[in-house]
Amino acid sequence: MAETTIEVLENEAPAMDPVEAAVSALKEQFPELTDDARPNYSGLMVPADKLLEVAQNLRDEQGFNYLSSVTGVDLIDDGKLEVVYHTYNLDKGGSSVVLKTQVERDNPNVPSLVPLWPGADFQEREAYDLLGINFEGHPDLRRILMWDGFEGYPLRKDWKEAYYEEDHKPFGSRWPGGEVFRAEERNLYGKNVAYPRGWMPQNLDADTDDEIYAGMSVNRPKSKTDIRTDQVTVNIGPQHPSTHGVFRMVVTMDGETVLKLKPVMGYLHRNHEKIGERNTFLGNIPYTDRLDYISSMSNNHGYVLAIEKLLGSQVPERAEWIRILMVELTRIVNHLWSIGFLINDLGAFQTAMLYLTIERELVLDFFEAAAGSRMMCNYMRFGGLAFDLPREVRGQETTAFLDELVHTRLPKILDELDTFLTGNEIVRERSVGIGKMTREQAISYSTCGPMLRASGVQYDVRRAEPYSYYDQLDFDIPVRYNGDVWDRYMVRVMEMHESLRILRQVLPHLKATKGGSILDGKPQYNVRIPKGGEAYGRVENPKGELGYYVTAKPKGTNPERYHIRAPSFINLTPLELMSVGHKVADLVVVLGSIDIVLGETDR
Amino acid sequence: MTAKELAPDIAIPEEVADNVFITSLNTIYNWSRRNSIWPMVFGLACCAIEMICAASSRYDLSRFGMEVFRATPRQSDLMIVSGTVTKKMVPTIVRLYNQMPEPRYVLSMGACANGGGPFKEGYNVVDGIDKFIPVDVYVPGCPPTPQALIHGLISLQEKIDQQSITNVPWYSKDDPGEFLPIPVLGPDLIDMRQLDIIRAEAKAAEKEDAALAESAE
Repeated sequence: MAETTIEVLENEAPAMDPVEAAVSALKEQFPELTDDARPNYSGLMVPADKLLEVAQNLRDEQGFNYLSSVTGVDLIDDGKLEVVYHTYNLDKGGSSVVLKTQVERDNPNVPSLVPLWPGADFQEREAYDLLGINFEGHPDLRRILMWDGFEGYPLRKDWKEAYYEEDHKPFGSRWPGGEVFRAEERNLYGKNVAYPRGWMPQNLDADTDDEIYAGMSVNRPKSKTDIRTDQVTVNIGPQHPSTHGVFRMVVTMDGETVLKLKPVMGYLHRNHEKIGERNTFLGNIPYTDRLDYISSMSNNHGYVLAIEKLLGSQVPERAEWIRILMVELTRIVNHLWSIGFLINDLGAFQTAMLYLTIERELVLDFFEAAAGSRMMCNYMRFGGLAFDLPREVRGQETTAFLDELVHTRLPKILDELDTFLTGNEIVRERSVGIGKMTREQAISYSTCGPMLRASGVQYDVRRAEPYSYYDQLDFDIPVRYNGDVWDRYMVRVMEMHESLRILRQVLPHLKATKGGSILDGKPQYNVRIPKGGEAYGRVENPKGELGYYVTAKPKGTNPERYHIRAPSFINLTPLELMSVGHKVADLVVVLGSIDIVLGETDR
Repeated sequence: MTAKELAPDIAIPEEVADNVFITSLNTIYNWSRRNSIWPMVFGLACCAIEMICAASSRYDLSRFGMEVFRATPRQSDLMIVSGTVTKKMVPTIVRLYNQMPEPRYVLSMGACANGGGPFKEGYNVVDGIDKFIPVDVYVPGCPPTPQALIHGLISLQEKIDQQSITNVPWYSKDDPGEFLPIPVLGPDLIDMRQLDIIRAEAKAAEKEDAALAESAE
């Protein structure tokens, strides 16, 4: 028996990469598909009118059932706008099938993929908002990050902001004649504003929120009882203690029950992408810190991975181990923080939070000793790291400190957490069965990270498409199947235990590689991409899959397009789905269980 | 000086005589205000995380009587603008400031709130909250460490110590509390105090266009 099995395997053609298999199958069925012919670009060029068919085939026949990222690119030299779709196979893992659709810049109509993947909703709205791409068939195509009535599409290459100086940094204009100037001195209003030429202010009382409230009133079904409750539409946020920042929800409620919900965001839209396209490659690293500001180390990681793909640089062994150390510590810190906040939202105001942040301070002190900053570490570089590990942390030798942290302090806090929270009756009562999402919904809504894994999909980028040394490490991917708040909490708790397991394996390597190199080549101030091209770097951030899509011109010093696939942003798409029918107090808990950080949601 | 020495004709019961202090009204007024500043729960961005850290056990804001974070502007004395102020957010911030009762203070925390910080050139970023509301204390840093924030708060206490009940603006008849115009979101952010400049600009542009059209004819 055993022999025959081996024979069968040998007779088979060498197992084809799922991506190649899918691409060739697609090409067979749709002869009009072509490869992206630009040098160092990859993906399938799909005519706009075939996009829906191809996407449906890809999803249903080829098994690429997960639409991870949708983004637009302005190809101003060709007079075209491009939409780039990254799809993945959740069952087999591996790399992405990339679809690209190019349309005329003057008439950018692309069919919407929301009917196939509801998870495309916010991402398409973002591309519409920032690039002016019109997605036909989108149910609610409005601006999402800027407000209705804003002038222009800011990510188009010919759109210039009020404080525009030059296309690319470093700006020669910063020190004209050896004297520094402040941008507000050149602006007529002394502020970062500019109005269309000849625009006369009128009708200033008009409410830019009108469109947000449209459709929010609900016809109440006739109740059999005589008890009459009023329907009200209320705003939760943007200034509200439970929204984890400046997030706003417009909620229509029947009594206390949520009937409809619209998330409104953009209150922290800080233009990472526009600024990032002006910045040098190196200059973007500190900006990535400020995306998900709880876990800056792993944001660095995703970005340097993308640029390293373009540069083709090799990371020294010690640097890789230190990276994993930092990223896994970040994961624990993030989950402690998010669980603390979840308990806050459950009503135990501050107490759990105070205890869970004690260990966070230890890790932050370590980060400060290593990178020079508690939160905004700016620690990784292309091909390695900025600094080696410090000699001592909090007056203790670094290895001893890390040993104590990993073997004593962090396990202790996790045990405490299990004792006081996991077994706590109120926590269970409030979270079991709340905010449910099925496996199919979780996939079609493009959720990622603990959200996806709590709904029964065992998918983790560290396993599915291993980067760094994750393929050499022994760890499990926790998964749970009910998809409610409780399961998301449990997935996070289990992930912290797995991270500890990884850390225990990393520590001996750190000792073994002591004194080794931490950077490939010399430190460079201005990195040039030799051949140009595109790269997509993705990592499993504590909040989910964080992706960086970067394109560059040959010998370019700046990204041409710099897009961030933000897990907090996309995980918000099913918020309405999860909270309708629950009480408003549970809505706060559901939002807490998604674990959003507004810096990343709005970018 | 004890009360007995200072005011011998006032009858003070023997058992509390050592516990009575005499001071100026100003000092007691400022002492009570400076040690119970209630900040508003108002986190904008990264700095808010450090603000929470400052309130948590290691840095412990309650040593200064400031741990009572209030979720409503009506009950708070201090607005800590902790993070990047965007154009979309600034109308809300001005509205919140207007809703705070006097005496009220504003602490601008971090590079973004002070002057735009790393995001200054962004199209949706306000380059400094002091362009819209008056700021009492600026704390530099990106983000400022909790120690830096505490230093800023102590500076605010010192500022309060300098104030005198006789001339603080919120008791004067002419100053019923400043009500700042709320900016409007148009094609770009509109500061209502600058409407005249915008109108003049638009008229000049109109004239220019007309002149151009004429010369073309």
